[in-house]
This record gives sequence, structure tokens and C-alpha cells, in this order.
Amino acid sequence: MPKWFTPAVVICGLMFAVAPILIAEAPYESTMGLVQKIFYVHLPSAWMFLLAAITCGVASVRYLFRGNPRQDRIAWSAAELAVLFGAITLVTGPLWARKAWGTWWQWDVRLTSSLMGWMVAVAYLLLRKYGGPGSDKLAAGLALFGMANVPFVYISVNYWRTIHPTTNVVPTLPTSFGVPLWFSAVTFLLLFVLLLRMRIRLEEQRTRLDALYLAMDEHR
Amino acid sequence: MFARIVWLVLRKDFTVEVRSLEIAYTTLFFAISCVLVFAFALVQEGRAPEGGAAGILWIAIAFAGTLALGRTFERERQSETLRALLLAPAARPAVYLGKLLGIVALLLAAEILLVPLVTLLFQAPLLEHPAWLAVILVAGTIGFAAVGTLFAAMLVRVRSRDVLLPVLLYPITVPVIIAGVRATAALLEPQPDAGIIRFWLALLACFDVVFVTLALWTFEPLMTD
Repeated sequence: MPKWFTPAVVICGLMFAVAPILIAEAPYESTMGLVQKIFYVHLPSAWMFLLAAITCGVASVRYLFRGNPRQDRIAWSAAELAVLFGAITLVTGPLWARKAWGTWWQWDVRLTSSLMGWMVAVAYLLLRKYGGPGSDKLAAGLALFGMANVPFVYISVNYWRTIHPTTNVVPTLPTSFGVPLWFSAVTFLLLFVLLLRMRIRLEEQRTRLDALYLAMDEHR
Repeated sequence: MFARIVWLVLRKDFTVEVRSLEIAYTTLFFAISCVLVFAFALVQEGRAPEGGAAGILWIAIAFAGTLALGRTFERERQSETLRALLLAPAARPAVYLGKLLGIVALLLAAEILLVPLVTLLFQAPLLEHPAWLAVILVAGTIGFAAVGTLFAAMLVRVRSRDVLLPVLLYPITVPVIIAGVRATAALLEPQPDAGIIRFWLALLACFDVVFVTLALWTFEPLMTD
């Protein structure tokens, strides 16, 4: 592990300890009340979900055309994080929506495209887990097609209808709401980087172990 | 040369298929039983639920398509003919295109059966605008088959391929299903709005272009060991 890893874990832990205090101190939103505070978890995890999906897609394309196995390990690790953060997003979203829209789920652009992106990530992991040898290339292809898919899902559902708050909301937030949000976002980003680094290392060691087993077999 | 390889691959598949008609019969029968299951489940006292016909048609196409894709490449896997096909001194994209056309032809044949069946069982006026319907079906089928052919070809070398094909295919082809269903549903309205149908058709066409291009581009690196 690199030198920065242990201090970063400590900082991340501290930030996760402080974040709830900041969120609790933030003022109540006038119409939503307490439920609005879900937003401080929902939005950062949604950003991390997007970041993980982009990381996976870019690494997959590079693996597919350059054949560098390191990119494949990054893609796999990022796909797992996409499933993790996507699950947090998809659970906290409906909790918020129940109060804000009066319904758990709407077939709206963001919800549908997030769900589809999450399903592609789950399919990716299923393929890696049960596909056996040869599934790495196919998984990279899946990630590539999954990325190309996003605009289509977006357009098709957007034409249908949309009620999700737009991206314009974030820059216009008052400071009292903005500080806990950005703090939470940085905390999640740090967690994302740490988990990704750890997961890639696990995969590297697995590859090395496989190589050692092979070398041992040849030695006999 | 390119077009000739496409034609040869297509003719080869067609010749093999005509000998037994295994895939054609099983796919068509499966598509019909699929629609019948929906009819048993949804049609009550002779009345079909409103607005369900478009969805049922496309679900039947997607299910039958998955079955056909799986079977087509299972046949290539037996006695390793896919390897022989890839070893041939032919451009890989041409091989892909030949396979794609074969699947599209098979699915269009299934749709020719499905459309009257859905019209009959769900009292949907599907056949009132046959030209529009044909364009929607062809555009949707190409989009679905473009992704499906690539994934099915790659899955040949992978374990548990039968389960993984639908698992990978459905999340990716969601836009095709949405656009196909919406366009067909718009067509079934008492006064079809040409603008809405054109919008969904344009989306389907974009999807077809992007995904066929992507598949042609990635077929070579994806099929190379």
C-alpha cells in the first residue's frame, strides 16, 4: 500500500465522524423538514456512482484497445464501487421521494437511467463472477456499450417526463446547506478513492498469487 | 469483397438452418406461446387491457430474440465452427454483419406471425398503418439484434452463457424497448400523431447507427483471444 493510505484512512474516518454533526446542525428545510437531510447522503453517493461508472467505462475501453491488464483490474474494482454507491443512491432516493413527491418511484429520467446504469454494473459483476475465463474482454465490451447507452436512456425517458430536481439546484444552495453537502461530498470522494485503491490491490495480489501457482505447477 | 463475405456468411447460416429448421420452428413457437401466456394472464372476460398490446408485442420479440440468438451461436460452438469462421481470411466486421442479417431476418419472420396474433388476441388496431408499423419493427429489431449478435458471439467462449445473455442484453437494450413500445403505442392511438412516431423512430435510427457502428468497431478486438 502507498504511504498516504493509512493517514487517508484516519482522515476519512474522522470526516465520517464529523459529517453527521454538520448535517444535524444544518437548518431544517422549510417544506421537507427532517427528511431533506437524506439529501446529504443521496447526492454525494450519486456523484460517486457516476464517477465509478465513468472510471469503469474509461478503463474498459483502454483495456479493450490496449490490452493492459491493469486497466482491467481498475474497471472491475470501479464496477463494484458503482454497484455499492448505486445501491445507496437507489435506496436513499425513494426515501426522499416518498416525502417530496408522495411516491416511492417515478419512471423519470434520472431514476430510470440510474437504475439502468446500476443494472449494467450488476450484470458486469455477474459476468465477471460466473463467466469464467474469457469473460474479461466481454465485460469490457459490456461497459463500453453501457456507456454508449446512457444518452439514449436519457433522451427516451426525458421525452416522457421528468420531475427530478435539476442540476441547477446545487450552485444556488445557501451556505448553511452547502457546507454540510460539500463536506459530505469530499468525505464520500475520499472513501471512494480508498476503496478503489484497496480493491485494485486485492486484484493485483490475486493475479500475483495465480502467477505463483502457475510457476509452482511448472516447477514440479 | 466485403459484401460478398456478408452474403456468404448469411447464405451459410441459411443453408444450415433450412436443413433442420430447428431455430426457426422453436423461435416461432416460443414467440407464439409467449403471447398466449400474456393473453391468459391479462385478457379477462374477452376484454384486453387498454394500451397493453404494444408492450406485449415487444416483450415477445425480445424474449424470442434472446432464444434465437442463444441457439444460433450454440450451433456455431458445437464442433468449433465459430473458430473456423474466425480463422477464415475474411474481415471480422463482415462476419458480424452476416450473422446480424440472419438474426434480423429470423426475427422479422417471427414478427410477421406475432403482429396478427397480438391484433387478434388484444383487439389492437396494429394493422391499420402497416407501413409505419413495418418501419418501427425493422428499426427496433436491428437495434436489438445489433447488440444481441455481438454479445451472443462473445458469450460463446464463456461459461453459463445461456443465463448471461439475457442478463447482459436487457439492461443495454432498454432504450430500444422503450422507443419501440412508445412508437407502437402512439401508432395504436385513435388519431396517431406523426410527430411523436417520428421522434421515436429517429431515436431508434440513432440507436441502430451508434450500436451497429460500435459493434463493427469492437467485434475485432472482442473476438480476438
